[in-house]
Amino acid sequence: MAYLDKHIETMSREDLEKTQYRLLKTQVTRLYSSSPFYRARMREANISPEDIRCIQDITKLPFIHKQDLRDNYPEGMLSVPRRDLVRFHASSGTTGKPTIVCYTKNDIDTWTTSLARGLISAGLGPDDVIQVSNTYGLFSGGLGFHYAGERIGAAVVPASTGNTERQIELIQDLEVTAMAATPSYMLHLGEVAEKMGVSIKNDTKLKIGLLGGEPWSVKMRDRICEWLGVKGINCYGSSEMYGPMFTECSEQDGIHIWGDIAYAEILDQKTGEQVAPGERGELVLTMLQKEALPMIRYRVGDITEMDTEPCACGRTHPRLKRIFGRVDDMLIVRGINVFPSQVEHTLMSIPEVGDHFEIIVDRKGALDTMLIRVELKKEAFTDNIVQLMELREKIAYRLRGALNIGAAVELVEPDTLQRFEGKARRVIDRRDI
Amino acid sequence: MYEKYKIKQLSIFSENRPGRLAAMARAMMDEGINIYAFTIAEGAGYGVIRALVDQPERAFQKLSSMGVTVRYTDVLAVEMKDHPGGLYDAVSALAEEGINIEYSYAYSGKRCAVLFMRVEDSDVAAEKLLAKDVKLLELSQFT
Repeated sequence: MAYLDKHIETMSREDLEKTQYRLLKTQVTRLYSSSPFYRARMREANISPEDIRCIQDITKLPFIHKQDLRDNYPEGMLSVPRRDLVRFHASSGTTGKPTIVCYTKNDIDTWTTSLARGLISAGLGPDDVIQVSNTYGLFSGGLGFHYAGERIGAAVVPASTGNTERQIELIQDLEVTAMAATPSYMLHLGEVAEKMGVSIKNDTKLKIGLLGGEPWSVKMRDRICEWLGVKGINCYGSSEMYGPMFTECSEQDGIHIWGDIAYAEILDQKTGEQVAPGERGELVLTMLQKEALPMIRYRVGDITEMDTEPCACGRTHPRLKRIFGRVDDMLIVRGINVFPSQVEHTLMSIPEVGDHFEIIVDRKGALDTMLIRVELKKEAFTDNIVQLMELREKIAYRLRGALNIGAAVELVEPDTLQRFEGKARRVIDRRDI
Repeated sequence: MYEKYKIKQLSIFSENRPGRLAAMARAMMDEGINIYAFTIAEGAGYGVIRALVDQPERAFQKLSSMGVTVRYTDVLAVEMKDHPGGLYDAVSALAEEGINIEYSYAYSGKRCAVLFMRVEDSDVAAEKLLAKDVKLLELSQFT
């Protein structure tokens, strides 16, 4: 079994907790003295770094929510001098503005280390050719896998998204052995390959799929394995954490959360208390080494279970079982996070439409589709069908800008979409994942 | 001065779903409103129904009370000879005057054939058509 950092990856639970305590204490002390944001938060909670005396004391610290990132847009939570930054990424925010994340040189290194450990644990190494079919750009997915692939000595094909025929040619011509993508894109690629007369299973060297960014089931994994001959390695992360960070190992028995990089808690959604080991709850992560944009007790919003027993691969760090859902109404469409509030916010800026809407998500073949139905205001109705078409295009264009993903738009009659007295259920998800 | 030639057409926004048109037709029947001419223009997922009726105000009230999105649109009614060349005579005048038709539909009525047309400026179009001896009809003339 190959490791990137064998000593760390296989350390005893006791040693891991000591390391975690040391890192947390250092982080909290630093933030208390140098981050106005965190100092204010800790003072509000009546906590100072002296109150952290063991890793379990982490529960005394206040939570961070996605809303905090939004309220402090763009750089209010920055915790290092600006000149120390080496990169920005952005993720979709819950309303109009995106969430900005930033990195120091050490942050890029920690991120890369985390994912590189995962790639090695999944069986990859210098003999591999990894095609990265995640988006390169503001989205952290592409560059995250790129750096980690290079770190382990593999050759990286920075294919990014789109042009699936070309991607298939590259997989054949460059003898690609692993591919990073969303699981639904992996299936889509299989379908396109079949149309081209290429069998991914028999005509390529592709053996491992580094798949994540959206929920997927065991059923989908089995299909990818049987049909494409590709072992689907579940990958996990988000821009707020750094980017794609953690993966399963070749045992495929849960996602290894490197305890020296992140401290994971699973909390009861209602009480906020830690659940019993193995029970389902809301994931809260603390990034122990993050410099530019630290995340202390960040409520990721995913529902999961944690296994703290050592893995059959020999690694001792806790593992996340599958992600079972979300605590909020966040949707993941083609690997992109979509919040209904973003749609609402965008529609509110368009005077011709009302504020009632409906999002219908479906899967055609392997790819997600999103349809947004919106009520045309009575006053905005015109007999001119061209103007109505233009309005529809304008709405689609604005939504695309806000969501970073294309959506079909349908204009419907006023007062015809369902009204809700309590919490609006605006999303109809027809996908069978 | 051309007000009398402006025919009040009902324009109705309607989603493409079964029963929508039937509900409106039923309401017209219940109110004793006669529909002379009728067309549906198809958008993406919705349609614009255009109708000429004998009692536009009453139809408007009824449809509005049903929650239907309806508005008036002025159209011109051009008399056509109901024989070969009838349409050409009517539209060639428009072409000569450089008037663009947004949309149009025809009906072959009891007394004559009529071409209904929506133009950007009904007054300008009416003036030019009348100057070319094209016959414009008032609502009462083609019933």
